Amino acid sequence: MTTTPQAVRRASPRTRPAATTPDPAHGLLPAGEPVRLLDPTGTPLPAHPDYPEPPAEALSELYRRMVIGRRFDIQATALTKQGRLAVYPSSRGQEACQVGGVLALRDTDWVFPTYRESMALVSRGIDPVEVLTLLRGDWHCGYDPAARRTAPQCTPLATQCVHAAGLAYGEAHQGRDTVALAFIGDGATSEGDFHEGINFAAVFKAPVVYFVQNNRYAISVPLSRQTAAPSLAHKGVGYGVPSEQVDGNDPIAVLAVLTRAVAHARAGNGPFLVEAHTYRMEPHTNADDATRYRDGAEVDAWRDRDPVTRLETYLRDRGVLDGPTAAAVAEEAEAYAADLRARMNTQPAVDPLSLFDHVYASPTPQLVEQREQVRAELAAARDEDGDA
Amino acid sequence: MATTTMAKALNAALADAMADDERVLVFGEDAGQLGGVFRITDGLQARFGDTRCFDTPLAEAGIVGFAVGLAMSGLRPVVEMQFDAFAYPAFEQIASHVAKLRNRTRGALSVPIVIRVPYAGGIGGVEHHCDSSEAYYAHTPGLKVITPATVGDAYSLLREAIADPDPVVFMEPKKLYFSSAEASLPARTEPFGRAVVRRPGRDATLVAYGPAVPVALEAAEAAREEGWDLEVVDVRTIVPFDDATVAASVRRTGRCVVVQEAQGFAGVGAEIAARVQERCFHALHAPVLRVSGLDIPYPAPMLEHTHLPGVDRVLDAVARLQWDDQPDPRWLAEGSAA
Ligand SMILES: Cc1ncc(C[n+]2csc(CCOP(=O)(O)OP(=O)(O)O)c2C)c(N)n1
Ligand SMILES: [Mg+2]
Repeated sequence: MTTTPQAVRRASPRTRPAATTPDPAHGLLPAGEPVRLLDPTGTPLPAHPDYPEPPAEALSELYRRMVIGRRFDIQATALTKQGRLAVYPSSRGQEACQVGGVLALRDTDWVFPTYRESMALVSRGIDPVEVLTLLRGDWHCGYDPAARRTAPQCTPLATQCVHAAGLAYGEAHQGRDTVALAFIGDGATSEGDFHEGINFAAVFKAPVVYFVQNNRYAISVPLSRQTAAPSLAHKGVGYGVPSEQVDGNDPIAVLAVLTRAVAHARAGNGPFLVEAHTYRMEPHTNADDATRYRDGAEVDAWRDRDPVTRLETYLRDRGVLDGPTAAAVAEEAEAYAADLRARMNTQPAVDPLSLFDHVYASPTPQLVEQREQVRAELAAARDEDGDA
Repeated sequence: MATTTMAKALNAALADAMADDERVLVFGEDAGQLGGVFRITDGLQARFGDTRCFDTPLAEAGIVGFAVGLAMSGLRPVVEMQFDAFAYPAFEQIASHVAKLRNRTRGALSVPIVIRVPYAGGIGGVEHHCDSSEAYYAHTPGLKVITPATVGDAYSLLREAIADPDPVVFMEPKKLYFSSAEASLPARTEPFGRAVVRRPGRDATLVAYGPAVPVALEAAEAAREEGWDLEVVDVRTIVPFDDATVAASVRRTGRCVVVQEAQGFAGVGAEIAARVQERCFHALHAPVLRVSGLDIPYPAPMLEHTHLPGVDRVLDAVARLQWDDQPDPRWLAEGSAA
């Protein structure tokens, strides 16, 4: 069959007269390039029309928490090498996201972290020993999620995305203006629960910020195996969710974008999706060998975009940070690490009989029976020790 | 007393719970305007508004995960899974979060969610609409697993499930939805953790739950002609399980057959048989037998009657309970083959 040029023209939307209805995707799509307010050396870029720079005090606090966060992360890695932690997933290199994520929130807001977010949680003010409980192995969740408004660190990938939607909707249903921020990794955006969570949040207009830290790998698997989308932020449009991508190693841009996303959610406009382009400098965990899937040159290139150095350079150039203040922050970070080290160097007490607590609000008869059996075993073992 | 159906009793339980406690939200696929494909949520949206009873996107993990978040915010979600097999996408949320959150957080978070699952067969349903999935949930510590077999229990156990501080998987035998009985609602029956003797008898105990309870009762009736006086125990609450009532019955009768509609291997009936044997060994005159569905994927409608354990299969099992002190010929055959 041949087609006349005229038929082609009629079928092609390009040649239609200008649309009178606005593009429904307008305002949902992220910028074509990640939002950036500082260049990689810390030099400010021209002011961004949509993302004003956060106030100087916020940036000083961002810097302080990033320095402490990094020192915490290095300490946790060291504790793992000493056998004090069973495993530790480092977020070194992702400080801007870890700290920016929680700094954009109020204390009354909720955070839904993954296993990667230890730094974000200490930055939220949760006791680092409680944050590391999961990884030390004396219990699963070391802090009180209700009191800290922080869900347990979530390991089943993306499952927290739906909880955030439910929590945020439930808070709004009860007349509270709480925002939920759900962290998620790039790989986990392939899981169904990411899609179900963002879709539920969108349909129910739940105030959630979905914050993807795209550190380019899911253990060893590169982003190209997760998606063919132009960016992970582009996934928002399919759910009717406004989205943005940001340079995740530009702390000022991360805080600016998240501040706007949180305000959008709190104002009752529904969820917002943010993708931060970043990189984890350490292996997936201490148990991983990253040299099997990425080369040193790639890591070195990211070392040059270090978020802490970038912010420090900018703040010093602007006169917001001076030598004594930087030294004081470094000292505070050292003291924080020393305190953590000291408290982690004692063997935690674990009570086998506590295994039966909190399986149900009150134990079933079968659990009472099993508890009694374990209690007798322990008593017998103690007697044997006593006899020996 | 008026005659009512199990479906109506469940509907009344939801309505009364919503009226008593504004934290109770009811939602799921078609649960809003339509009232659910089995009409269990009929009229709730009209009465309580669409912020209390509503439709969700078609996504079962989403429904259960959303309920987790709602419960974390202090609400009491009751979710409907449309059919047994369509709850499988939610299994990760159920096993990894619903069941574990209280324990993971040392009691700081509890998720008092009710997950209603219409289950089991006998309704001529095409594939994926008739699974008996109770064992998956019963095998998961942290969940309570409840299954009513009577109209009164349907009401009372569902009210108790909604008020319970723990997550409850509430398994509704769909072939009993339209069974009717005299009942005055609101009914209050025995609480969670109690099995009930539905029919007293002296010669053997039939232990059954959910859709198998009417089968066991019918079998007990038919057994009278053979000269057997059978007791029927309705488990009602699979978790927490009532060892005491079941064991007391078997100690009285000395013989036990466990009846379940689900496929048998590694099922709830296997657990019950083991527990009875552990507790009643010296009172038993015969091995504890199980009558169950076959170990096959749930069959097509025209073949389901072969799969479903019926009265005859139950009576055959009762006949093998060594009434004349002769060992079951099947065990001898297996022994000689070894
Ligand atoms: C449902 C599920 N599947 C697999 C895993 C094992 N796992 C843990 S972390 C991980 C990679 C996740 O990558 P990404 O989402 O990019 O987050 P990142 O670790 O890079 O922060 C995998 C596969 C898991 N935790 N949960
Ligand atoms: Mg990743």
